[in-house]
Amino acid sequence: MGILTSHQLTKRFGGLIALSQLDLDVAERSIHSIIGPNGAGKTTYFNCVTGFYRAEEGRTFFNGQAIDTLTPDRITHLGTARTYQNIRLFANMTCLENILVGMHPHLKSSWVGAILGTPRTRQDEEQAHTEALRLLQFVGLRGKGDFLARNLPYGEQRRLEIARALASRPKLLLLDEPTAGMNPRESLDTMAFIRRLRDELGITILLIEHNMRVVMGISEIVTVLDFGEKIAEGPPEQIRSDPRVIEAYLGTRRVAGVGA
Amino acid sequence: MRTDRGSWGKVISGGLIFGGAAAFVSLAGMVEALGVREIVIGVIDLGRLLLLLIGLGAGYQAARRGIGGALTALARGLLAGAAAGVGLSALLVLASVVNLRGMFINASPTLLEIISFGRGTAGVPLVIAAGAVAGALGAVATLLPGAVRGPLGAGVTVTIVVGLFQELLQIILQEGGIRSAIRQFIFVPEGLPPRGALGVFLVVLVVSAVWRSRQPVVRGWILKRPPPQQRLVRLLGLLLAVAVALLLPLAGGLFISQVLVLVGLYTLMGLGLNLEVGFAGLLDLGFVAFFAIGAYTVGLLTSTGQYGIAHWSFWAAMPVALVVSLIAGFLFGLPILRIRGDYLAIATLGFGEIIRLLALSEALRPWFGGSQGVLFVPKPIIGGFEFSGPAQIYYITLASSVLIAFVAARLRDSRLGRAWMAMREDEDVAEAMGINLVNVKLLAYGIGGAFAGMGGAIFAVLLGSIFPHSFSLLISINVLALIIVGGMGSLPGVVVGSLFLVGLPELLREFSDFRFLVYGAALIIMMQVKPEGLWPAAMVRRELHKEEPVGVVAEEPAAVERVEA
Repeated sequence: MGILTSHQLTKRFGGLIALSQLDLDVAERSIHSIIGPNGAGKTTYFNCVTGFYRAEEGRTFFNGQAIDTLTPDRITHLGTARTYQNIRLFANMTCLENILVGMHPHLKSSWVGAILGTPRTRQDEEQAHTEALRLLQFVGLRGKGDFLARNLPYGEQRRLEIARALASRPKLLLLDEPTAGMNPRESLDTMAFIRRLRDELGITILLIEHNMRVVMGISEIVTVLDFGEKIAEGPPEQIRSDPRVIEAYLGTRRVAGVGA
Repeated sequence: MRTDRGSWGKVISGGLIFGGAAAFVSLAGMVEALGVREIVIGVIDLGRLLLLLIGLGAGYQAARRGIGGALTALARGLLAGAAAGVGLSALLVLASVVNLRGMFINASPTLLEIISFGRGTAGVPLVIAAGAVAGALGAVATLLPGAVRGPLGAGVTVTIVVGLFQELLQIILQEGGIRSAIRQFIFVPEGLPPRGALGVFLVVLVVSAVWRSRQPVVRGWILKRPPPQQRLVRLLGLLLAVAVALLLPLAGGLFISQVLVLVGLYTLMGLGLNLEVGFAGLLDLGFVAFFAIGAYTVGLLTSTGQYGIAHWSFWAAMPVALVVSLIAGFLFGLPILRIRGDYLAIATLGFGEIIRLLALSEALRPWFGGSQGVLFVPKPIIGGFEFSGPAQIYYITLASSVLIAFVAARLRDSRLGRAWMAMREDEDVAEAMGINLVNVKLLAYGIGGAFAGMGGAIFAVLLGSIFPHSFSLLISINVLALIIVGGMGSLPGVVVGSLFLVGLPELLREFSDFRFLVYGAALIIMMQVKPEGLWPAAMVRRELHKEEPVGVVAEEPAAVERVEA
């Protein structure tokens, strides 16, 4: 059993079945992609895992613990973090503050301590600042700590969002279209960066991606969803030639590069 | 693209709107009532000044929006001012044809005399000309370089303020050698004479101009000092501020003290609501409830009257009031945890009313005194010194405000403060960041409520009696308005906001009939001209970090084309 496991997960919106009896198993320290045409249920799955949606049937385990009934903040405390398809930074806060918010789960200072300015609180804050600056550097945003997040260019906003997710020291990182809106060059950089996260920090990566070059380039396992059902799963080479996958994508007549 | 003709049409219609505004304030009775207060004896009174300002405003806005050179701007201002004059003249013409008084009680002969410079309908050309001149002056204001406009504006503003508050200033400057010398130099017993006005204007003009040219030098000099000396300068500035704050009631007398206490109480409430609305983004229209809870807690615990339950001293009761309003905040937050946005405003509105009605209710009368209220709340005493009146209670208010502002600043920069801001920005993402929304929301309501409870506690001893009708919805609205005017999320903004929206109207009490008219107009103008508030929160940050680019335009994610699509 992997770090993240779902059994027979079903999510309905009224009459629409967004996820249908989905079984998914993400191995620890793997890079796992979920692909599929629009409306296949990829982001819905992310939302179920992170606690935004409650699945009607089925169960999901993280690190062996059932997380179906937990609130999003509890699930984050267990060691998951995510980014969003359409970047959702705290736009009017600085880059540094964004990352500090990301550290929330493992900062321990209380509000009374903050009012009194206890040595513990100060020490906690100082360490957090140091770590936040280190994270900024890690994602290549050194010296931009005091910029408002909304003033960053698009690509840097994406990286800041990842830095914010990393700040909670996750074991599992869910990336929702990390290369959306990037040119091929930037996509390549992002691929290398994602690989580094896994290799250097040992983080398991689960990503949704439309860019087939990225998917085929970095994934170890690819899961293909269509209308909420898993239609194929396996290493990239196998998925590439799977007739059911090709069929699912046929509506757009393009296998490599099904966009928005 | 606007055509040239359309643009001129806009200038005229804009001017006419200002003229309409002038006619409106005249018919509302403001011009006549404010005319009682002379700003500069024999030159201008507050009512005429108001009309003049409207003319200036017409020219200013017309000139500012236009494209083209200085002459075009001047012409636009002139035209807009003249149009405003035409708008006001319409009132004169109308008044000569029909009897306006049947409908507008304020359309008195005196008013028409003021507007028409005492000439009736024959004054129409004069009104239009005056409007044009005022409009042109307003246009000139947009053309002047900042180095000239700043000192000029400061000079005019201070002169107006000195003229407006001449009575008060004369009282303050009554005694003592140097003080009475200043008074004799500026004032005559009846008010501010032209000679004094000119003197004040020139002094302020020169001081302001000198300061403007020297300020960068001084600042540079300070910044070049080693840090300990910089800290010393800051400390000296702080000490100066403290000294001024401590001496204000002594210099200003009873009336000023009363106003200052009121400003202080609103500051306390503002700090609390700012924590909820400004920091955490939780709109609250029932904020007065916490103020009431604080007041009633102290009242019931200390009162020597029939509803008093403990006869405690104020100092023992105040912490209890804090805790009670903190808990009230938690309880208040519980049912509305899942409500967002507009619905939250309505729900909180209800809560404020519930508390007031509970205090008023007959059923609870044996405990809270119903509409008769809780009487005989003793004044605080410390080591034989009685805080007997506003001048003394002011110091309690000041100390509490400073303390609460300090606490608010600490919280803002803490983990909890960041969690609040994250929640304000995006509640869902904040939750996904591991922030327990229930906890941080309840803490925002609780701590914010405790701040207001402290204000309520002081309010109870200030009045010595508590009545339910003191805790109307209007107070919640006032507090919300003052933090908006001061600047959402800004701590100094709260003080500035309460000085402007509470202090100023108190000082101009005799015009209280128009209080809400002015209030509303001020809010609208504020939102149009300076929506970020008088002292916005980000300013401090920008000062601290000069490298932050101001002009960088945010790139909209949606605007970026997907490469793969």
